Amino acid sequence: MPSLSLRVVSAAVAVLAGCSGAPWNNPYPAAEDGANILYTSFSERPKHLDPVQSYSENEYVLIANIYQPPLQYHYFKRPYELVPFAATEVPRAQLFDALRRRLPDSADAKDVAYSEYVIRIRPGILYQPHPAFATDEQGRTLYHDLKRGDLSGIHVIGDFKATGTRELVAADYVHQLKRLAHPRLHSPIMQLMGDYIVGLRELAAELAQAEKALPKDGFLDLTRFELAGAQAVDRYTYRVRVRGKYPQFVYWLAMPFFAPIPPESDRFYAQPGMAERNISLDWFPVGTGPYMLTVNNPNRQMVLERNPNYAGEVYPSEGEPGDAEAGLLRDAGKPLPFIDKVVFALEKEQIPYWNKFLQGYYDASGIASDTFDQAVQFSGQGDVTLSEGMQARGIRLQTSVATTVFYLGFNMLDPVLGGYSERARKLRHAISIAVDQEEMISIFRNGRGIAAQGPIPPGIFGYREGKDGINPYVYDWVDGAPRRKSVERAKQLLAEAGYPHGRDAKTGEPLLLNLDTTGTGPDAKARFDWYGKQFEKIGVQLAVRSTDWNRFQEKLRKGNVQMYFLGWNADYPDPENFLFLLHGAQSKVKTSGENASNYANPEFDRLFERMKNMYNGPERQEIIDRMVAIARRDAPWVWSLFPKDYALHHEWVRNRKPNQMANNGLKYQRIDPALRTERRREWNQPVVWPAFALVAVVGLSLVPAVRTYRRRERQTAKA
Amino acid sequence: MPFTPEFLWTDRLIYLLLAVVAVLVWHIRRHEHLRAPWRKVARSASGMSAATVLACFVVIGLLDSVHYRPAIAVKDGKTIYAVEVLSVFDKLATKLRVQKATTYSAPLATHRYSKELIGLPEGRQVRDYPRLKYGGAHLSDPAKEWGLDIARRCLYGLAGGALIWLIVATLLCALLARRGAVDTGRMWRAVWRGETEIPWRAIFLTLAMILAVSGPLVALAAQYHVFGTDKVGQDVFYQALKSIRTGLVIGTLTTLVMLPFALALGVMAGYFKGWVDDAIQYLYTTLSSIPGVLLIAAAVLMMQVWIETHPLWFDTVLARADMRLLALCVILGITSWTGLARLLRGEALKLREMEYIQAAHAFAVPHSRILARHILPNVMHIVLIAMVMDFSGLVLAEAVLSYVGVGVDPTTISFGTMINSARLEMAREPMVWWSLAAAFSFMLLLVLSANLFADAVRDAFDPRIRSAQPARLAARIA
Amino acid sequence: MISYIIRRLLYAILILIGVNLITFFLFFEVNSPDDMARVHLGVKRVTPEAIQKWKEERGYDKPRFHNDAATGARRFTDTLFFEKSIKLFAFEFGRSDQGRDIGYDISTRMWPSLAIALPVFLLGLVAYLTFALTMAFFRATYVDFWGVVACVAMMSISGLFYIIGGQYLIGKLLGIVPISGYDGGTDALKFLVLPVIIGVVAGIGASTRWYRTIFIEEINKDYVRTARAKGLSEPRVLFRHVLQNAMIPILTGVVVVIPLLFMGSLVTEAFFGIPGLGSYTIDAINSQDFAVVRAMVFLGSVLYIIGLILTDISYTLVDPRVRFE
Repeated sequence: MPSLSLRVVSAAVAVLAGCSGAPWNNPYPAAEDGANILYTSFSERPKHLDPVQSYSENEYVLIANIYQPPLQYHYFKRPYELVPFAATEVPRAQLFDALRRRLPDSADAKDVAYSEYVIRIRPGILYQPHPAFATDEQGRTLYHDLKRGDLSGIHVIGDFKATGTRELVAADYVHQLKRLAHPRLHSPIMQLMGDYIVGLRELAAELAQAEKALPKDGFLDLTRFELAGAQAVDRYTYRVRVRGKYPQFVYWLAMPFFAPIPPESDRFYAQPGMAERNISLDWFPVGTGPYMLTVNNPNRQMVLERNPNYAGEVYPSEGEPGDAEAGLLRDAGKPLPFIDKVVFALEKEQIPYWNKFLQGYYDASGIASDTFDQAVQFSGQGDVTLSEGMQARGIRLQTSVATTVFYLGFNMLDPVLGGYSERARKLRHAISIAVDQEEMISIFRNGRGIAAQGPIPPGIFGYREGKDGINPYVYDWVDGAPRRKSVERAKQLLAEAGYPHGRDAKTGEPLLLNLDTTGTGPDAKARFDWYGKQFEKIGVQLAVRSTDWNRFQEKLRKGNVQMYFLGWNADYPDPENFLFLLHGAQSKVKTSGENASNYANPEFDRLFERMKNMYNGPERQEIIDRMVAIARRDAPWVWSLFPKDYALHHEWVRNRKPNQMANNGLKYQRIDPALRTERRREWNQPVVWPAFALVAVVGLSLVPAVRTYRRRERQTAKA
Repeated sequence: MPFTPEFLWTDRLIYLLLAVVAVLVWHIRRHEHLRAPWRKVARSASGMSAATVLACFVVIGLLDSVHYRPAIAVKDGKTIYAVEVLSVFDKLATKLRVQKATTYSAPLATHRYSKELIGLPEGRQVRDYPRLKYGGAHLSDPAKEWGLDIARRCLYGLAGGALIWLIVATLLCALLARRGAVDTGRMWRAVWRGETEIPWRAIFLTLAMILAVSGPLVALAAQYHVFGTDKVGQDVFYQALKSIRTGLVIGTLTTLVMLPFALALGVMAGYFKGWVDDAIQYLYTTLSSIPGVLLIAAAVLMMQVWIETHPLWFDTVLARADMRLLALCVILGITSWTGLARLLRGEALKLREMEYIQAAHAFAVPHSRILARHILPNVMHIVLIAMVMDFSGLVLAEAVLSYVGVGVDPTTISFGTMINSARLEMAREPMVWWSLAAAFSFMLLLVLSANLFADAVRDAFDPRIRSAQPARLAARIA
Repeated sequence: MISYIIRRLLYAILILIGVNLITFFLFFEVNSPDDMARVHLGVKRVTPEAIQKWKEERGYDKPRFHNDAATGARRFTDTLFFEKSIKLFAFEFGRSDQGRDIGYDISTRMWPSLAIALPVFLLGLVAYLTFALTMAFFRATYVDFWGVVACVAMMSISGLFYIIGGQYLIGKLLGIVPISGYDGGTDALKFLVLPVIIGVVAGIGASTRWYRTIFIEEINKDYVRTARAKGLSEPRVLFRHVLQNAMIPILTGVVVVIPLLFMGSLVTEAFFGIPGLGSYTIDAINSQDFAVVRAMVFLGSVLYIIGLILTDISYTLVDPRVRFE
């Protein structure tokens, strides 16, 4: 407790500094105090904002709020459910055979030649204000025929004075589909969609040809080309034709890849001089969604502002059981969005980030951050609570299981660990038991996760709960809960596999296994040590070979690993998107697919081919059960864990619910700026007395020296 | 054989360094003019105190540099050795190494740092702080016995330390008395009053302090985690001790590996002048104009690729990590040799104009002979000063580099990796401070004593030389 | 003098070619263009065709140093090295591998770096000189003794601890300034206070001790004794004579770092979220943006060479006896 006089001094200083009560450490301009602005952060600059290229979480956090694909996921309902966004309804596939005859929905996949999706969009949707639409009185576009000199002094999109808008039409969606085939844009899903969308491959070849004829950086006008599989039927309707039966296609319609792009923007951004100034669609999106990107300075901040032309969407009135009780449905029926402006600030280091959150300068946990789980305590039984200090500050926490799987994979081509012999299986099962996922979750994720029993996470069709859902090779069902088999059992399996006490029974050499991983971040070392500890339990030596991402990928491609650690983030909530990771045709070594274990079981592959085209139902469940059973027996992965999403936020943030499929949740959120201002003041009273104390101590320590010096001077003077 | 020795590359270089030092000591002892400056070093009280502390670090570092693989079985008359490479220090500290908790525990704690569900015998579950598996496991009721047990162990430790100190001091005094041909009692008094030429009083006092701290530490470490445990339950005290070797290796081997280049190129540039000088100057200006971190980052990554592409060369995990450590030394050496080379060039320029060398020229003595007989011996003091002055800067640089992610292998225990993994712990609630505190105090002690010793050496050999700004590299990065 | 500078400039070009060669060698030894393409194209579903196209668009499909397919001089000019480095000499940094204009990025990111580095440098110089003078003034008293002890202790602490500790103490516990962040204009001030203080404090140990040695050396010289014998007061001797003469080695010693202030510092900028050139460099290394790394190395080398030339010139300015033929 500072003494009275010191407190007087500090108060005086505070008055002098002109900060009557307002916190000194507020990182935002004083003018923003009390404004309806949400503050959050990003840690890495997004690589692409062009929806045809963007394919990662930290980019979707931004563009999912800017673009408006036909469909979206319901914000509250679980399991995930598709609802219309720009479309008027969720389209149903119409199936046709090779002779273009309509087939019933229950038709067998073999007979289906192609499926058609007819998507109707709502009339009256407007684009955000943007210079690409700007026109003069005569309706001529203002900025479509710029000379190089016109761009002087222009560095960002906001430097253009005039803006305009236009109604969203079905042709814009078709235009974006064509952009998938654009030779300069390298869409990551071009390969995949080329297999499905009729005519996309051909269009890509045609465009590549046309591009060669153009000068370097010349404008490739997509409107002059046709895509056979996608046509605008009328102003508000378009039709997409897909090869075969592909029930997962509707999920893609909720991703930014299928958002509308106006051809004007392509023409606008292709003008000479634009690219050199970083003015491109990749940098300044043009969308119809609730927000628009007004500041894009990835060195410091990105700002989303309310799109003034956005209208017509209201807050949902239904949710999961419990949502109403949690107060999440209180705003039902109100127009969206609530928040005027969202500021994403660059925050690279975890400690400042976390401290600013505690000081009230970030409203909610941001995109991928590991520190936020430090505040969380594990209370067993899978539920997670906040520490008392956090609760006292009114911080709220919500969790839900993510549509992500983490796994420790075995390379099935490895002579020791791989293969389908009984010996190798036992070895893999022994390791699966030894690596204690529950401890992993408790130490490294603070309870934010559940141990995996198979490849399919909860909330995805095909997941089985309870006794039927456990992995019988690793767990026993005891007292109504899965219990990991004992280390003794693992040791016994190891002995049966020919390695008693972790040593080769034939040669006596100790068994040494290699784990390849990418080791970065402060936690890496602890994690390596922990894995070593797990293998030590059964007497096996583990060598962790950490390397950079590139080298790691290269090793996976060449099959140069024994064990590796990977995760998969689902594109859409369908079991196909998880099980394909074990499909033989996806083998990393053979086809550079996504099956890094190079697992290939003919029975599994046969079932996969059948399962993937089916609609959800008991038959599909049965096939999935069989597939999962095969995979558990072969154990190409140590089924590790499904992480839990969590939303940590202050009490002034409302309507927040973690939703991994939908990244467009900003529009539902609401904040109470007055409460925030009050709390910030309360939490951030500056303490200045130590600074004065320090100066005083240094000053006082010089006093005797000065006195000695004076005395010496006088003596010399006398002498 | 119960073990098979394992020679890591850094081990070999350390042995080489030891051999060089031994030869030098032998050589210096025989030449009075070489001994004189060392006498001056020995007369500095702060220098000798620092040397005492350093000696303790060096002993730990050396114990940690003798590696072997223990035998685990005999099969068909052939001994099978473990895969794991241990050092003598690991063997001595087996308890610290093997006794791991599950996760965080505070220094000297008997319970874990966070609550957990514990199953009671009657089948009920409560949320409480679980007992540690090893820390204070011998106490039946920690709440009552803990304080007393700690005090008792501290006392035992102090007593043990005092005993050792007495024995060492008495023996040393007796030895000194014999050499000085006085009786032991007089010697004691002389030491006590600080009247000896070498400041034995300061040395004894330093030793007393070291023993007063390490005695209780050792006594407590037997049953507790003295500095707590880290995220995966490893003993922080053990990690801090292991970091010493890494620090010493970086600090000494860096200079050792760059020495031949700096020496040869620097002296040649100064001695031959002309185009040789131009070429060498060009080389070092080019190298030193590349921003250091970028050069280090690129080279470390390159080394990593090389290690990845030659996995067969490294049969153990430790060998891989060791290679990366050595690579880091080499790279740091490349970025820092230019300073020394410049100093040597200047000195050689001065020396070549000396009359005796001009005379040697007149007698047509070959260049190689002049360089070896006249120039080299006369620049050695610069090398020595550079070596001791660079040491602390290099230890500090390692911490920053590991932090940036281009330092030692993540599996190597070093101050940098300790700080790196501890930084997030500051943000925990409640805060986990002990890893950072342990790294901080051990590093401070090591660097501080190195700095003090370096000052003494510089003052004795050539007080006019000052490496422009110490810790240059670390400062530039931060 | 002029001819000397011209000679130095020619020499500088030679050095920059060498720097470029080394950068090239090191970088491509680590990263094949394939790797770079993979990093830029993302994680999911990357095809070999996309990688090939990425390389073609950015010109990374050419051979590195020597083109066997071409003839004549084009054997050397139609290569990655030649194409990528020749423009640097005209300070045309081109576009980064991510498509950004590097020159524009550098010109905007330079100022935040400078906003921290320059105050640290100037305030540091003043503070260290003050401390050193105080210690020299009170030499052979407890102030001097404990001052030196404090200096040695402070220079033995890793810079990381200053940053972590400073942020924790001033930013979190005391709540005086924002913990991290940056803003343009005068708003930048509150963000700069903490990094600048930490930067100055971190340098106290080494620099103060160095300056003190110079002062003490100067004080022991004959002319000082003469001045004192003439009856000049101690402060007068210290400020008029010692300080003036000691400034020569101090200034010539620090001139070399002045141009490098532009480059910023890596760890500080990352920790405080300052959008300067230091964090730009780290980002480029992490995202393997070779175009940026190369530009930054080049810039760093140029600034270093300028520093060397400035040092030489400053010698002639402070000491008329030094001449360059």
